[in-house]
Amino acid sequence: MNLRRIGTSLLAPAIGLFISLAATAVILIVIGASVSTVFSSMWNYGTSPRAMSLMLNLATTYFLSALAVSIGFKMNLFNIGVNGQYVLGALAGAVVASNLTLPTIASLTITLLVAMVVGAAWAGIAAWLKVARGVSEVISTIMLNFIAIGIISYIIVRTSVGTETSLNVRGTKLIPESGMLRGVALLDPGTPIYGFFFISIVIGIAYWFLLNRTRFGFDLRATGKSATAARTSGVQSNRMIIVTMLLSGAVAGLVGLPYLLGETGTYSLQFPTDWGFTGIAIALLGRNNPLGIALGAILWAFLDISSGQLILEGVPREISTIMQGLIVIVVVISYEIVRRNQVKSEQTSVAKALTKQEAKV
Amino acid sequence: MAQNVLAVELAGIWKRFPGVIANSDINLKVTAGTVHAIVGENGAGKSTLMKILYGMQKADEGTISINGSELIFSSPSDAIDAGIGMVHQHFMLADNFTVLENIVLGSEPKSGGKLDFAKARQQISDIAAENGLAVDPDILVSELGVGDRQRIEILKVLYRGAKILILDEPTAVLVPHEVDELFNTLRDLKKEGLTVIFISHKLDEVLSIADEITVIRQGTTVGSVNPHTQQVSARDLAEMMVGNELPTPQSVGDTIRDEVVLKVENLSVFAKGGKAIVDDISFQIRAGEILGIAGVEGNGQAEILDALMGIEAATGTVHFKTEDISKKSTRHRRELGIGFIPEDRQRQALLMEAPLWENRMLGHQTREPNSKGFLLNPRGAKADTKRIVKEYDVRTPSIDVLASALSGGNQQKLIVGREMSGDPKLLIAAHPTRGVDVGAQAAIWDHIRNARQAGLAVLLVSADLDELIGLSDTLKVLLRGKFVADADPATVTPQELGTAMTGAGKAA
Repeated sequence: MNLRRIGTSLLAPAIGLFISLAATAVILIVIGASVSTVFSSMWNYGTSPRAMSLMLNLATTYFLSALAVSIGFKMNLFNIGVNGQYVLGALAGAVVASNLTLPTIASLTITLLVAMVVGAAWAGIAAWLKVARGVSEVISTIMLNFIAIGIISYIIVRTSVGTETSLNVRGTKLIPESGMLRGVALLDPGTPIYGFFFISIVIGIAYWFLLNRTRFGFDLRATGKSATAARTSGVQSNRMIIVTMLLSGAVAGLVGLPYLLGETGTYSLQFPTDWGFTGIAIALLGRNNPLGIALGAILWAFLDISSGQLILEGVPREISTIMQGLIVIVVVISYEIVRRNQVKSEQTSVAKALTKQEAKV
Repeated sequence: MAQNVLAVELAGIWKRFPGVIANSDINLKVTAGTVHAIVGENGAGKSTLMKILYGMQKADEGTISINGSELIFSSPSDAIDAGIGMVHQHFMLADNFTVLENIVLGSEPKSGGKLDFAKARQQISDIAAENGLAVDPDILVSELGVGDRQRIEILKVLYRGAKILILDEPTAVLVPHEVDELFNTLRDLKKEGLTVIFISHKLDEVLSIADEITVIRQGTTVGSVNPHTQQVSARDLAEMMVGNELPTPQSVGDTIRDEVVLKVENLSVFAKGGKAIVDDISFQIRAGEILGIAGVEGNGQAEILDALMGIEAATGTVHFKTEDISKKSTRHRRELGIGFIPEDRQRQALLMEAPLWENRMLGHQTREPNSKGFLLNPRGAKADTKRIVKEYDVRTPSIDVLASALSGGNQQKLIVGREMSGDPKLLIAAHPTRGVDVGAQAAIWDHIRNARQAGLAVLLVSADLDELIGLSDTLKVLLRGKFVADADPATVTPQELGTAMTGAGKAA
């Protein structure tokens, strides 16, 4: 029974991948490109040590973002505000880290905590609005995204927090090397893999443990499966909303840190601001399961990284964006179909097993 | 009504659903220009029958004749074309529209592509004047009370040209003076030559308004009476509704102890509009005692249970043993040792898409064997699920299947087993054996009786009168949120209980 469940949960993404690859091939044929050349060149580049290092680094960011989204998803809470939460978290982390002259461990701990608290606080606004005022978290978190971007621009452009970092770009003061988490060159000597890669693995395991092995996790999953049944079982829904949103925001607060501490050392106006939306897509792909999310993040990062290769083949790089979109849609649909079939087939197999038992008796 | 024209004639109607026969050989004759009541217990098949008459469902067998001509309805619009209108129990009005807009919604008068509100206004005021249905057409529906909303529903149906009105439990949502107003309206409609089919299980009301009464029991019409020409009491009707089966005799051993486990004082639950659904009730249950609440569904039972579990906001005080738990959380109440079998098992008691052993944890996730401290103990939960499956004869090939894969009766057995686990002091149970087969039903009763022997206090709500009489030590009858009678389970018959439940008289 369990083997079958694992089989069916792998079936959906496999179908999704296959269909979206086929659809992409059709698009490539329509625009007159050679399907085999494009795919093989993406694959060849994507599997080179340098590209794989870049891919894992980007996937680390995506993984954290998707994890933040999926904590909410697990109880049907839609945190669309990961963007706002992580940019504020990263900014706060950058400001604090750049003013610390402590040993690396201490400095990193403080930076992480600050980013998590800021992310959680920003998400907490949406949680409070939902509990106290009944405002849909979808609306409030989207609005809070815009507000966060506005606040950051103001702080960096108008206050003394922002300085001219380089080449006419304003950003926060550079973080001293003791406060950075550069990483280790495992695959490619010139491209280290972020230290955060390993931290995010720990966070992924902690997420799994929290959800599947703690009472809190049970309450959270129960609420997601049936809010009324959870309430009847003694779950206080308002408290759950607040705690879950704060947790989601705390993880979201970390999303910008791999890049900040592994690469830039400054939060500038050029810092990417839309990783949160990527996280939503990957959470859907990974079905809110940390392992699934990790695979989804790697796939997504692979398509991002190897899309540069498309231009060399004379194909617009947007093809990879189309592929990403296709994968999400097809996978979500096939999950749903597989899930329904699973429920039905389980009902029939239970009925069959029981009639057999009865026949023996 | 001298002319004996039949507005509606249903002959030999059968309707089967998988595993259930909802209607079997229903015969119904409704004379034009009369108020015809259809009475029966919940689940007797009244709603199915009306859905068939209104074209929402198709009968498997039988014929429908309207004003003498046989018709086939494949959708409600066919029924509307034939002059049939339905006033639903739950109003279907848009709050942010005016009365006028609501009435014309869906059949708007048009002239040259534009809405002709002037014409509609004229038509509506004509209809309203003819039938004594005074309403201001320009007021927003959100500003109106329940009685007015119902009048608009009736107007809506009349505006569409209905000559035959079906009212599905129209008094369920009304307070007494609104009921009087409704009945005045119905008498006016009758004067205008309209025919009203009135579905209800409140016998006192039926007797005061109906010209003819048809009783449905277990899916079939068991008889018709004319209260104008025949001497018929609410008690007679109740007997027809419930049938003549006597309860299976059961030994009622006295296990009641002195210790009061649950003490409820002045408990009230209010609906959104301020109407009291549970109206200032008080009772207590001792250790080893089963208190049964009899009542037609929807008279406040679900709300009492939810209030006692802390799920629904309520006023009044609730003591568990000596502790005041009125303000305590649901989880706290459960941890004290209160087991809960809710009315709607699939919505309230199960995670349909979770395996059985996770469902074993639900509601008990803070206690052994499901958890230790903040950590879950899946191994303990699984082992205990196996125990429940065995002791309560839950038919399943494994404890890893999803709850949705089990039949309703087996789901119920799992829930009962779960709520009887962990040595509860008080069990709050709604329909504990609903949907389970006869053998399993007896087993569940035995489990409850044995636990009572050991001092369990039980609050039992059930639609099964035999179950109530057979299990309870004390019986109270609930009507419109109030206890209206006490009954002694040793002497009361289901007929007497049924009579009391419908507000027709006092039980023995």
